[in-house]
Amino acid sequence: MSRLTELALVAALMFGATGSHAAGRYEGIGRAATPAEVKAWDIDVRPDFKGLPAGSGSVDHGMEVWEAKCASCHGTFGESNEVFTPIVGGTTKEDIETGRVGAYIRGDAPQRTTLMKVATVSTLWDYIHRAMPWNAPKSLSVDDTYAVLAYILNLGEIVPADFVLSDRNIADVQKRMPNRNGMTTRHGLWDVKGKPDVKNVACMKDCRTDITIGSSLPDYARDAHGDLSAQNRTVGPVRGQHTGNATAAAAIKPHPALELMKKNGCSGCHGIDSKVLGPGFREVAKRYKDDKGAESSLSARIRKGSSGNWGDVAMPAQSQVSDADLGALVKWILSGSPEN
Amino acid sequence: MSQLPVRPGRIRRAPEGFLTPEQVGDVAAGRRDFLRQAFAAASVTALGVSAAHAADGDPAILNLPEHSTSLGRPVAERPYGLPSQYEAGLKRRESPGLTRVAAASVSFAPLQGLFGIITPSGLHFERHHQGWHDIDPARHRLMINGLVKEARVYTMDDLMRLPSVSRIHFIECGANTGMEWGNVAVPTVQYTHGMLSCSEFTGVPLSVLLDDCGIDMKRAKFVLAEGADGSSMTRTIPLDRALDDVIVAWGQNGEMLRPENGYPLRLVVPGIQGVSWVKWLRRIEVGDQPWATKDEAVHYIDLLPDGTHRQYTSIQECKSVITTPSGGQTLLDRGFHNISGLAWSGRGKIRRVDVSTDGGRNWRTARLETPVLSKALTRFNIDWVWDGSPAILQSRAMDDTGYVQPTYRQLREVRGTRSIYHNNAIQSWKLAESGDVSNVQAY
Repeated sequence: MSRLTELALVAALMFGATGSHAAGRYEGIGRAATPAEVKAWDIDVRPDFKGLPAGSGSVDHGMEVWEAKCASCHGTFGESNEVFTPIVGGTTKEDIETGRVGAYIRGDAPQRTTLMKVATVSTLWDYIHRAMPWNAPKSLSVDDTYAVLAYILNLGEIVPADFVLSDRNIADVQKRMPNRNGMTTRHGLWDVKGKPDVKNVACMKDCRTDITIGSSLPDYARDAHGDLSAQNRTVGPVRGQHTGNATAAAAIKPHPALELMKKNGCSGCHGIDSKVLGPGFREVAKRYKDDKGAESSLSARIRKGSSGNWGDVAMPAQSQVSDADLGALVKWILSGSPEN
Repeated sequence: MSQLPVRPGRIRRAPEGFLTPEQVGDVAAGRRDFLRQAFAAASVTALGVSAAHAADGDPAILNLPEHSTSLGRPVAERPYGLPSQYEAGLKRRESPGLTRVAAASVSFAPLQGLFGIITPSGLHFERHHQGWHDIDPARHRLMINGLVKEARVYTMDDLMRLPSVSRIHFIECGANTGMEWGNVAVPTVQYTHGMLSCSEFTGVPLSVLLDDCGIDMKRAKFVLAEGADGSSMTRTIPLDRALDDVIVAWGQNGEMLRPENGYPLRLVVPGIQGVSWVKWLRRIEVGDQPWATKDEAVHYIDLLPDGTHRQYTSIQECKSVITTPSGGQTLLDRGFHNISGLAWSGRGKIRRVDVSTDGGRNWRTARLETPVLSKALTRFNIDWVWDGSPAILQSRAMDDTGYVQPTYRQLREVRGTRSIYHNNAIQSWKLAESGDVSNVQAY
């Protein structure tokens, strides 16, 4: 053994190769985490279910939680494509048997749903528990999380309607996930030294003669991004092209409430004229036209959530909207939602 | 199409904005008498000087402007400086129809107007999974737990006392250019390539913190990075990456991170797609298996022609794009032009960039501007004289592993057209005789 190798070995032993050196080598910096602190933040659940807390929830209870907290964005059956891409759909009984989603192999999937993609059921438990509902993340209890997941799995016909999902049977459910055999890590894009799968050579002269324009920008796509002349500098070697009915758009200034509507996430569920999941704003204005108390009652319903006034889909509480935005939005909605 | 005439640069020498399209036509046809009259008339009416005077030259020179003849504004009038009012068009923008919820969306950096390699912090692209927050740094904590001798907690005070490094790196979303896998879909480089930025980041190497906690090198294989926002975004990072050049960063371009970029703390994972650069970083867990989190098991997975998905695709392979001239722009004139663009690789340094103006038949090697840094944007430039005939402009980068950026044809032969992620194909811009540049796929 050379002197250098010996030194390297000693250094490796001293600095963590065996995990034997004391933590906290920078004096006065950092401190040990308490067990309660680790428990509060270490909420991740792995595919081998490490980190999964004990608990259970039924499909039936899941449906109740779903209708109250999830359906407004995802639709009653997890099928909605209005706000987010659908969770449920596109998988078959055969997929559950084989663990491969046939729609991909046939190439006839119009859209990829969550259940068509996800290979590991732990992923869904972890994500629902850490990040849902959308505007109140981490508010679901452990049992409610099991219940909501049971409901989703039932919609996908992965578990029966009388199923109670728990930490004791979730490993069996994993064996029925429709795309459980559909993932691969055999590629060169994880390791920085991984082997690239696509190869080109740097030809310099007379490289090929069959060059074709395979695809060009359609006119509607060019105009869909506003006036490109206003997205470029006014000096220099180029100017932006005039697109998207530039003059008409510049003359009419959009109403500032449209920006508030977008910023506060209202447009996910409401159109101005049209019903999305909730009513169109002009329908609301029409209904409360003669109601003098409409401003305060509408504010309260947005703030605290509301159900039963406009159909089956409940509106969740919108605690994230500032008082100023809320006031401006309610006034604008009741005035008929002018667009400029 | 553009309102500009074939050789608009010629008429820009006259006072701006007083020629009608018909008069512009006269100029292009060489009817110069008209020009002199119009020039004089405009000078009299708009600028109030004599016709004889204006005919002597450019009123922008001959008539001293107000800024040369009056007192300017005081220091600290704008304690945090802002761009000129004339730069208002260059800002980050959303692509209409791409997403439906602005809190889980993307805004693109205006690459068509940027110079050099550093992205101004206010123009850095945004991608949020559940909205952004402006977090009080005094209340922010970083926890490290899992396969370590001691789980530890650090405040911002703690972290900012540690030995720090400052490094320039690019960040690119794995879905950058994702809208173009199947067909041309968007008009400008802001929307085709704008989920790309490059900054100087300052922070402490993650390896320092893992060492400080006594990482169990025998069992540790991966780390999980977790954000403090509502989505608590999580991504698995292999241990060899984590111990290499990953930084727990608070600084960006000389100041603290912007809230939209993770203030007060984010992970910088050089060469790896942006989703792993967890913002509002609150926790690192050391483990022995990958976690298959939502953003590595439902999203950021690459659908292949055989119906399988590649999982944990992370490296941003070598890629380049010409930013000037680029889609949606019009060249002012024929004659000399500097073709300029950006090249980058998640595997190291850029070795070479070649540029073609004939759709890939013939190539010339561009100049690489310094600095040329590993896993950072590299600016390239090449001289070009446009003779007014149609052209297809392309750039092709090579990194220091010898890998050459592929064509669309080569990429699709292996990966099909149904993926969203990791499209690093050669970009083509078609230049028409009118001077208009548009987005095409030539292969």
